Amino acid sequence: MSEARDQILARVRGAIAQTPRPAAAPRAYRRADPRGQAELIEQFCERVGDYRAEVQRVRADRVADAIRTAAQRHRAQRLAVAPGLPQRWTAGCGLQLVPDDGLAVRELDTLDGVISGASVAIAETGTIVLSGAPHEGRRLLSLVPDLHICVVEHQQVVGLLPQALERLHGAVSDERRPLTFISGPSATSDIELQRVEGVHGPRRLVVIVTQEPS
Amino acid sequence: MRAPGESFPAAAHHELANPQLRANLANATTTIRTKRARVVEELPDWQALRDAGSAIKADVMANLDTYLLEFEAALTAAGATVHWARDGAEACAVVAQVARAHGAQEVVKVKSLATDEIELNRSLAQEGIHALETDFAELILQLDGDWSSHILVPAIHRNRTEIRDLFRRTIAPGIESDEPAVLAEAARLHLRERFLEAKVGVSGANFGVARTGTLCVVESEGNGRMCTTLPPVLVTIIGIEKLVPTLADLEVFLQLLPRSATGERMNPYTSLWTGVSDGDGPQELHVVLLDNGRTRVLADEIGRQALHCIRCSACLNVCPVYSRTGGHAYGSVYPGPIGAILTPQLIGIENAPSLPFASSLCGACYEVCPVKIDIPRVLLHLRARAVDTVGGRGERSAMRAAAWVFARGSRLRAAQRLGRIAQRLLLSGGVIRRLPPPLSAWTRTRDLRPLAPRGFVEERGERE
Repeated sequence: MSEARDQILARVRGAIAQTPRPAAAPRAYRRADPRGQAELIEQFCERVGDYRAEVQRVRADRVADAIRTAAQRHRAQRLAVAPGLPQRWTAGCGLQLVPDDGLAVRELDTLDGVISGASVAIAETGTIVLSGAPHEGRRLLSLVPDLHICVVEHQQVVGLLPQALERLHGAVSDERRPLTFISGPSATSDIELQRVEGVHGPRRLVVIVTQEPS
Repeated sequence: MRAPGESFPAAAHHELANPQLRANLANATTTIRTKRARVVEELPDWQALRDAGSAIKADVMANLDTYLLEFEAALTAAGATVHWARDGAEACAVVAQVARAHGAQEVVKVKSLATDEIELNRSLAQEGIHALETDFAELILQLDGDWSSHILVPAIHRNRTEIRDLFRRTIAPGIESDEPAVLAEAARLHLRERFLEAKVGVSGANFGVARTGTLCVVESEGNGRMCTTLPPVLVTIIGIEKLVPTLADLEVFLQLLPRSATGERMNPYTSLWTGVSDGDGPQELHVVLLDNGRTRVLADEIGRQALHCIRCSACLNVCPVYSRTGGHAYGSVYPGPIGAILTPQLIGIENAPSLPFASSLCGACYEVCPVKIDIPRVLLHLRARAVDTVGGRGERSAMRAAAWVFARGSRLRAAQRLGRIAQRLLLSGGVIRRLPPPLSAWTRTRDLRPLAPRGFVEERGERE
């Protein structure tokens, strides 16, 4: 196979030998957002809603209530939780919580839902980003169960996608953590371009946003 | 990649005769076009993003050897095994070898054009390994032995009733409703067990980050996440042109791609992974760097911009030719305007000489392209190469004969007299519908107006 490697590299070098080095890419697009946090959260919630996900703004000390009512609404009793999920978010919620300490996938598949935190949220696109931190858990945790309840903290919301990537730069380049950008529940538009929520990922996504820094 | 079985005009003829196909296509392309326009309009800096995207890709091409080596080193450091494949056969062999090493009779697959291009499924089948397509549309096509007609919505030519009937025959006997939600549920049930059982996943990649070795898959359904996180082993096949220099460069493409592709602000799921993560996802990662004609494209200074393509399919949806003929007429994994410039370069212009002509050169594709590929310019460039390579002998002798006739007024008048007599045999309804060979090539797709009873020169002569 190293023969293939040498040959491909030689072909590439031959193909670009005469190519002058292009100028640096112009970056005139927006990389900062002048808006205040309240406005960003307003837009984030509106755009998450556009994907037909449920979104709720609550006081930081009312997260557990919001989780309980969301779970009840979806008739979810047994929910997996990320191993490092802050306890105050679920204290007294009355649900049967199953911490992910390496649950087998089949076990996970029998649960009604999952509760996780997030790393960053993007207002302009209504996106939440998970980066495999302890309060978010493994990638399959937010994938296999049919209901995903995700808690986004006030200060995690940024305006634009470039700002989100900047915040996560170290997580990827230094720690090699995986990133998952989630924009609404899983969907397909493969049948006559009609959008259907929910194919393989969670069919229902509930985003709970705290109203002030916690 | 196989060469198209027949020329574009011939294939387009039977596709155009299918009214169901034309209705499905017109509906689909109009819908996506409208959605795209709305979300692109929303961004005040869309043109700046396009400029950046185009320049980043030009930089990648100009320094591709450096970026490939950087990518390989970063991947290796992150625990992945890197393979280089000169052609499709070498790439398929890697997947087969990995599957065999893990005793897998089935691999679960994310929708990937690169794997379609190298006909991975067929090749694995010959080794006794089944490649299960898990994208909803790809599953439909696989169940029916059909093939994709759109980069992004592969089963765009199928309607709900056709899909319901197919499912009834295959994965969901007894299914009654043709509601999209019911059909999606049937696919979910059918695939869930297969995901949980899978030993080996196979994916393509939308982007690879040279600096960090990060791979990126952009999708909607979650089947991509299933295939890249559930199986203990993952093989990712990535064309060598798919690199971007740094993680920060993704900030450009992750904005350009979803809005251009599905007309959404962001697609439901975008996954980035960097080698192997402890206790999270596959613990064995193989990455195949695929050439398969790409270095040939790279060697053409005008044509190489086809390699900038991020497979959004916006050019298909705006193309007046594609939106009538559909994808099958192109006889290629890459249909539409981008296919008309990419396919002939990947497999050699002599193997697809009619594709660069499958365009009216209206320029709509260039305007919507998120990375500003000047498709009309490349089309013209390839048309010239097609004529130089394969065609044009007949045309050249016809032009020589015409030059001889036009050189003298007496010759022209004689030719016109002759023509007026001869055309009486050919006229039907006031036009000539069919000329004898070799001139029949002209009238195969056009009607010809007959010669006027009196030519311009004769008219002028009489008035003087």
